[in-house]
Amino acid sequence: MSPNPRHISLLIGLGAVALLLLVRIFSIQILDGRYKSDADRQATVRETIYPTRGVIFDRNGEILVGNKVAYDILVSPRDVQPFDTLALATVLNVTPDFIRGKLLEFERRKSSIGFQSVVMMRTVPAETYMRFDEVKYRFPGFRGQVRGIRDYPVNAGGNLLGYVSEVNKAYIDRHEGEYEQGDYAGMTGIEAAREKELRGEKGYHIYLRNVRNQIEQPYKDGAEDKEAVPGKDVTTTIDAALQQYGQELMNNKVGSIVAIEPSTGEILALVSSPGIDVSQLADIGRHYREIASNPYKPMYNRAVQASYPPGSVFKLVNGLIGLQEGVLRPEMMYPCNKGYHFGAGHKLGCHVHRSPLNMEESIMMSCNAYYCYVLKNILDNKKYASVAEGLDAWNDYVQSFGFGRKLQSDFPAELSGSIPTSRTYNRYYGKGRWNSTTVISLSIGQGEILATPMHLANLCATIANRGYYYIPHIIKESEEIPLDARFKQRQYTKVDTVHFPKLIKGMWRAVNSGPGMGGTAAIAHIDSLDVCGKTGTAQNPRGADNSVFICFAPMDNPRIAIAAYVENGGFGASYAAPIASLMVEKYLKGDVKRKGLEKKMKEDNLMSRVKTK
Amino acid sequence: MVQGSFTRTERRLRQSIDWALVATYLVLILIGWINIYASIHSSAPPSILSWSTRSGKQFVWILTSLGLAGIILQLLPPRIWEAVSVPFYIFVLGLLVLVIFVSSDVKGSHSWFDLGPVRFQPAEISKISTSLVLALIMSQPQFRISRLKDFLKAVAVIALPMLVIVAESETGSALVYLGFIFVLYREGLSGWWLGLIALVVGLFIATLTLGPYWAIMLLAAALLISNARVEKRPGKLLGWGSAALLALSLIPWLWGLLTKAVQARMDYLNSRIWVPQAGESLDYFWSFICGINPVVFIIAAAAVAIPLLLWKAYMKKKGFLAISIGAFVAGVLLVFSTQFIFEKVLKDHQRSRIEILLGMKEDPSGVGYNVNQSKIAIGSGGFSGKGFLHGTQTTFGFVPEQSTDFIFCTVGEEWGFLGCLVVIALYVFLIARLMADAERCRGKFTRIYGYCAASCIFMHLFINVGMTVGLMPVIGIPLPLLSYGGSSLWSFTIMIFIFLALYREEKKYF
Repeated sequence: MSPNPRHISLLIGLGAVALLLLVRIFSIQILDGRYKSDADRQATVRETIYPTRGVIFDRNGEILVGNKVAYDILVSPRDVQPFDTLALATVLNVTPDFIRGKLLEFERRKSSIGFQSVVMMRTVPAETYMRFDEVKYRFPGFRGQVRGIRDYPVNAGGNLLGYVSEVNKAYIDRHEGEYEQGDYAGMTGIEAAREKELRGEKGYHIYLRNVRNQIEQPYKDGAEDKEAVPGKDVTTTIDAALQQYGQELMNNKVGSIVAIEPSTGEILALVSSPGIDVSQLADIGRHYREIASNPYKPMYNRAVQASYPPGSVFKLVNGLIGLQEGVLRPEMMYPCNKGYHFGAGHKLGCHVHRSPLNMEESIMMSCNAYYCYVLKNILDNKKYASVAEGLDAWNDYVQSFGFGRKLQSDFPAELSGSIPTSRTYNRYYGKGRWNSTTVISLSIGQGEILATPMHLANLCATIANRGYYYIPHIIKESEEIPLDARFKQRQYTKVDTVHFPKLIKGMWRAVNSGPGMGGTAAIAHIDSLDVCGKTGTAQNPRGADNSVFICFAPMDNPRIAIAAYVENGGFGASYAAPIASLMVEKYLKGDVKRKGLEKKMKEDNLMSRVKTK
Repeated sequence: MVQGSFTRTERRLRQSIDWALVATYLVLILIGWINIYASIHSSAPPSILSWSTRSGKQFVWILTSLGLAGIILQLLPPRIWEAVSVPFYIFVLGLLVLVIFVSSDVKGSHSWFDLGPVRFQPAEISKISTSLVLALIMSQPQFRISRLKDFLKAVAVIALPMLVIVAESETGSALVYLGFIFVLYREGLSGWWLGLIALVVGLFIATLTLGPYWAIMLLAAALLISNARVEKRPGKLLGWGSAALLALSLIPWLWGLLTKAVQARMDYLNSRIWVPQAGESLDYFWSFICGINPVVFIIAAAAVAIPLLLWKAYMKKKGFLAISIGAFVAGVLLVFSTQFIFEKVLKDHQRSRIEILLGMKEDPSGVGYNVNQSKIAIGSGGFSGKGFLHGTQTTFGFVPEQSTDFIFCTVGEEWGFLGCLVVIALYVFLIARLMADAERCRGKFTRIYGYCAASCIFMHLFINVGMTVGLMPVIGIPLPLLSYGGSSLWSFTIMIFIFLALYREEKKYF
């Protein structure tokens, strides 16, 4: 019996339809990848696990910046279903309008948000979150996420530590691939400088969720999950107690204190006043406007970012260069008749003191005229063809102390200050149209010299070390964070180390000669401590002189070198010297005996002297 | 001796059952059961036998189905089906009508009897009764499908339950009855009918997606090919015809170019400050021309060609040509009324389903949700699937109706392309085996009934799987033997095992 042809054609039809279905199935299962990503997207939720940020310690292991728990309230706009706005608002302690406004905003950003979650409220306190957690099943699309926020046990080093805040679009773009919306990053200070170590690595849990957006189970039993890697702890070289003490002393004054351990270059304290209180750091978002609009610019780290004329402190550098160049010998005496007279009636003034003086005494009494002679001898030295050449040689010496350039410390924002060269004056006056008297104010650290307080502290450490310094740094070497090799190398100046002890005697005498002997820094004297110091009174075109002081102690094997710079503080001995001296006493003695002086420094208010415009 | 002959008969009886068919049936219900379990699986899986789950209930349906199968094979005399077919048909028809009035509303349809813990859909049984009666009348010796009276009789048997089911708002189930056309075809219905139905459906879709112009072109092309098939020397006809069609198909393209040119010219004219001059009336002529709908050209061509062709048909006694011309006119009317049907006759949900299917509207969250989720579930399965109980889409409720109408999604997601291939191959084997067995039968009744069963399963397979992969609109009918549900499983079991019983009866005499 031959098969029925209709049977055959129907079989062919059956085969064709089956093939059609299989081709279609093949195309959506194998050829088209879209459905796989759709499935993953709608059936999985990725919950980011934020790592705990590294803790910042002081040099003695005390916590400067720790962490505490808060919660963010997240919302996935696509999953939100109609809900009782008032109930949610009550639970979260906000107004219904706030929630409506947020959701409206997310609606506008719908296309960019997609299936992601966005933060509706930041750092909600734990007890508010607990209330929300109990009822969150009623609000599909909303969830909470643990978020560590910064905690500051001691009020030390506000803007030195810096603040942490959520990254914005510009920040994300600048650090491509490293951050996404909702991440936090250190924006200033140590938080910013050591961001890479502190932030750690984010992890995530992937969960499967059902159509009602309930979490069902970990995706692939957590095989694809990634644990967060906590941030590394950072140990700073800061001494919390000293730092805090410095901040108190600088209260209601504008200026800086930089204290360095000369034998290592470690920064013991770095005060910039006015600074940011740590309570403001914790909630920078709310205080940012207030801080930014403060005319005294508390965000500005004066210790490394403010360039000032160093004033008489700089005589030490000129003295050392003179000794090295052989144009100055310690026993050389120069006269001073209330200043240095040059040309027709021009004079660089000085205060009343004995005359003539040798080098030691010139430092002790801070004679201006003496250093006019010294500088003139350096610049007009016959071995140089011209003053210009002499000045450039002088510039080389000065730069070797770290002046006029960045010290390469671990502050990314540090400024270089400036030290003039022959080109500077050629530009001002024309080539060959200036001489050593034109630039005579360089002798006393005025004129075209600008240096940061850190430069001055570094100078002090260099002298304390008798000729070399370690680059100042604020991060202490730890197991997790090795110290860059540059911080471990001695940096020698171009002045031979043999010349340094000759000045130190003068610095000692400035502090320890006793009352009535003409020492400019008698107020810095501390019983049983050989403090060596040099005052400075820098002219400030905007009002009263700046008070400057550097000192180190003890004289032998110094443990602290410090620079204090108080804007509009008057004579070096008025504010900078007592403040630096109190810091030394605090650090080396642990306890300050000179309570009266301490009280006066803490309470005196110089803010009215400071011009902000 | 007597004992021996009895066992021989017994053995022959057992051998005469088509065990391959039974095995395919068993494998399919087992696959169904496993996938129903997977569909309702959640993080805390209960036992597959737990009564609180659908898989537990399905287990009961499977056991009772096997019981039914045993009864049909062993207890009931196969001859009974021929005898009871008419009263059974009338009874089921009565149930179909009754259910409209007593049923509760299930998603807009009135097709379920609510019997306390279980529900029952008479439309499922109706396929069996219709098949039996169709087999009965078509197996009469004097029945000739080519005779109009007999043809109408067969159509009436099919159409009656179909119309009642449409009245129940179960359009999907009614569509299955269209499959009986294959049975009529097997029994001698002209193949032109199949072609005609295909053409009507094709025109409908073409009108909605491509517009009336291309729908009419499609109609003309189909009629041209048909005429060429009956013509002894089709060369001349094909040559002229395809040349005309090609020329007509260029018109929309030319119109597009013309419109663009006129638009540019008009923009230029509008950009000038001064008043239009006499010579520019030509521009307005051209803009008038390109405002004409190209369909006008087809109408004009038809107005010239139809009288000529009619005259030719009359002179050369070409009946088919005359019929084709009639079909063309009817087709054009269909095309123009389609828009009307689409907008006025169809209900909103039907229209939107068609729009989604034809890709005229994207709506993944509304009506398109089911299809989109279904495609995501199947598509995410990949080549070998995510593994048993590891499908995320079906397990976590993203696919609606996943244990009933969308059970194929579970197969697709958890077992991948391989699983789909196996399941479809099993169905193809089942259907082809039914057809092959039917072909081997001497009795027309069994043969026709076998084809009826094969057609029903085929229609369910095509519509259901087609729906889950977005080839068909969302029509809520179950996948035979796989979908959860007692009514469906019972009726397909009865349908298949009636055939097996009839088939064995056939073999007894050989």
